Amino acid sequence: MGLKEVLKPLGAWRQIARKPHTILVPKVHREAAERYRGFHVNDLGKCIGCGTCAAVCPNEAIDMVKIEGIEGKKGDSGFRPRIDYGRCCWCGLCVDSCPTTSLRMTNEYIWIREAPDDFVYIPGYDIKGFEQKEKGYRKDKEHSFTDYHRVPMREKEPEERLQTFAEVVLGYTEEEARKEADRCIGCGLCISGCPDRMHIPDYIRAVASGEYERSVNIMYENNPFAELCGKVCTRRCESYCSLGNEGDPVAIRWLKRFATERFSDLKEVIRARKQELKDKSVGIIGAGPGGLTAAYYLALRGYKVTVYEAMPEAGGMTMAGIPKYRFPLPSLKKQVEFILSQGVELKTNYFVDPEKFRNLMEIHDAIYLGVGLLKPWKLGVPGEDHPNVIYAIDYLRKVNFNESVKIGNEVVVIGGGDVAIDAARVSRRFGAKVTIGYRRRKVDMPADREEIEGAEEEGVEIWEKIIPLRVEDAPEGRVKLVYGKARMVDQGPGRRPKPVLIEGEEYEILVDRIIVAIGQQADLTFLPQEFAEKMEVERGRIKVNERQMTSISGIFAGGDVANRVADAISAIADGLRAVKGIELYFQGKS
Amino acid sequence: MSTEEVRLFIGPQHPGVTGNMSIEVLLKGDTITWAKTHIGYLHRAFEKLMERRIFIKSFPLVCRICVPESDTNEENLARGLEELADIEIPERAKWIRTLVLELSRLQMFIMWYGGIAGSMGLSTPVQWGIGDRDYILDLFEELTGGRVYHIYILPGGVRKDLPEGFEERVLKTMDLIERRLPEYDELIMDNAVEQKRLKGLAPIPKEWVEEMGITGPVARACGFPYDVRKNSPYEAYDKLDFDVITEDGCDVWSMLLVRRREIDLSIKLIREIVSKMPKGEFLTRLPNVLYWEIPKGETYVKSEATRGEFGYYIFTDGSGKPRRVHVKGPSFIHGITLLERLLVGQNIADVAPILVALQICPPEMER
Repeated sequence: MGLKEVLKPLGAWRQIARKPHTILVPKVHREAAERYRGFHVNDLGKCIGCGTCAAVCPNEAIDMVKIEGIEGKKGDSGFRPRIDYGRCCWCGLCVDSCPTTSLRMTNEYIWIREAPDDFVYIPGYDIKGFEQKEKGYRKDKEHSFTDYHRVPMREKEPEERLQTFAEVVLGYTEEEARKEADRCIGCGLCISGCPDRMHIPDYIRAVASGEYERSVNIMYENNPFAELCGKVCTRRCESYCSLGNEGDPVAIRWLKRFATERFSDLKEVIRARKQELKDKSVGIIGAGPGGLTAAYYLALRGYKVTVYEAMPEAGGMTMAGIPKYRFPLPSLKKQVEFILSQGVELKTNYFVDPEKFRNLMEIHDAIYLGVGLLKPWKLGVPGEDHPNVIYAIDYLRKVNFNESVKIGNEVVVIGGGDVAIDAARVSRRFGAKVTIGYRRRKVDMPADREEIEGAEEEGVEIWEKIIPLRVEDAPEGRVKLVYGKARMVDQGPGRRPKPVLIEGEEYEILVDRIIVAIGQQADLTFLPQEFAEKMEVERGRIKVNERQMTSISGIFAGGDVANRVADAISAIADGLRAVKGIELYFQGKS
Repeated sequence: MSTEEVRLFIGPQHPGVTGNMSIEVLLKGDTITWAKTHIGYLHRAFEKLMERRIFIKSFPLVCRICVPESDTNEENLARGLEELADIEIPERAKWIRTLVLELSRLQMFIMWYGGIAGSMGLSTPVQWGIGDRDYILDLFEELTGGRVYHIYILPGGVRKDLPEGFEERVLKTMDLIERRLPEYDELIMDNAVEQKRLKGLAPIPKEWVEEMGITGPVARACGFPYDVRKNSPYEAYDKLDFDVITEDGCDVWSMLLVRRREIDLSIKLIREIVSKMPKGEFLTRLPNVLYWEIPKGETYVKSEATRGEFGYYIFTDGSGKPRRVHVKGPSFIHGITLLERLLVGQNIADVAPILVALQICPPEMER
């Protein structure tokens, strides 16, 4: 140690001539980095109020609050996140888990106010001046907490499908199902899309954690046709899945299918508690999904239930209408048998006529009408009564009951709904060349997207904007469909365009059969005169109140005959609502 | 107690620059005859809080266990959970993590280098240390979105990839720091006052190292070549070329030398990591973090923090939350077991340099 050690430190004085590290805030604003985690902004139009940000927030800094101008609707809770910056730790977990990517952070970090309340606000709603900031932390969809990619469902190859009526869909393996179920973030917005309000996030979570028995029990709390829905449900829930906004919605239907298919004997699985017997009886006309749902829950509540079915088998349209490659018979039998095992009496081949109806009114304390729609709508064009013009609903019933049907080699199906697609795919399985003629465009078809794709894979051709004009006889037992083309007239946002015939153009197609699948209507001729007069009918459907009671006290109705949605799950929902209605009716409360 | 002795409380307001803790000492004249560490001023029940949180929510929490060097906590917890949940992370993620850890060590050492001078009243290097550290925090801000609490290392890898041109900016910052270091050396190492006060100050008997479980630069200043990065390599450390730094003086001056050499080593390692950084994916998809359940198991993961061996003992029971997490911070041993004995016989004026030399970080004593 010497003089050097005394003098050397003085070298620090050279610092005095240097530019300082520091900047003068607020005179100089230092822009934070591109991905800086600063104050939040939220795109309120994109946000669906799923609450995932609030669920993942480690500090409970986020509340979901109701705000003016945003109403809850299907797929949107109507709530929006409010952030308390007294608690926020700027970790950005909320941003990484936002399924719609609406919530993000800006690179703004200075916000000086006196009032503490100014630090609790709703990003996007309470305007703070940095909403337009482009920079800031945002979600990278492929590297976040949300998995936007559905586990693909394995299916039979198209060529293989056409050989048989065996199920097209092969189902998930256990590993696939658990992986798919684990994608669910549990927001529950899907429930708003389900007519039956099934407890979707709960049973999906149960699948994800491998508790399949619990999963099926949750389903059976309000749906005794869970397996049916797992195969053929119109799954509107999936269109409200929060993951669907930016990716693939969770495969709710396939997961239900997976869980229910694991158990061959439901009696060993479902732990439904039966209440003590009561001395009231209910007659249910029509053993479709709606009628049997009502029967099941009424039986559990201790009522005596008898179901009357005109066809030789229970199941209604799910028996007679849905082709077996979508919904195999053993699956239906399993579910129906379980319902019957709860003490429900089933009378098949029991065609209710006015006389029998009067009798049923005598012996039962309440009646539920789940008769469905049996009368097909007609095309309303000249020559429609040609013997080669057949109706999809009759055609599918005959196929499902193994009656002989001849369709020839070339078929045209008129219509764009699920029934039209079913008729087309069934005809393909009989080896016919099939064309679907639809009056609007393919994108407007009400049929399930996957069904349309499946049909096309199987070689069904879809012609758009076809309007049938007349049917003419053709030689060699064939038939000619003369049709015109339509142009689309826009009907404003949210509505399907209207097809308008382009006059003066005519085309024709020569086929063996024309299958008409443009919808069905109710056939209420079984009602005796005195009931038919009092029964209010609105645009072809029986009018019911919120408890499914018709205008005649003690008569309830549901399913296709009462609702316009006309799918299995709304029929099940109607059946369930009617149970509540019937019980209140018995208690004299309605 | 003799009336000739004076009882004095040092702290709990930051004694030196280490954080809120207090040392109660008995003085005979200027000399300490007895010392006791009091903690509890910072206790936020990190370990207990983790038991009632889903795994992902613990990450914004654990980085607070040691404020200036938060990444060690994130990395340890992430690696532990990955081990228990059997998650393999991409190679690039390992390298990015190593880069973050090394940058984190470097900024901590630089701040410490200024701090040791500050503890003896030389406040210029303190300002320098804080200022130069901020150039590394700028890098963190760019990479992670946060300057101090990065919450960047999560199970499965890291949250974001390196931004465009980040490597060059890292190298530029390394050059800048390397240019500045001789000026620090002039002011601290070549300073007669520092040398006179620190050389031979508070010698640690070598047998204490094993007896008490002393680790990190303190152990290495006593000649023990123990460095977790070398002894049980984690992340990409096994692919890096370096030797464990040791000194043999056992005193505060040796600790200073070890840490000064660690700064050079960190800069060298950062350059090496940048040159070897592989391409590819940086994050493995996790199960749904809201419902993530980890099978029953227990593990102990450790890493080399600037203060010594930092460890996480994690016990999971198959549920969505840890059954028990125990954080082993090196400061617990250095700040209580070692400090209480080391202070006896020392001058009251040397308490701050000794505290800083042991680099005690109170929050990691009070998890």
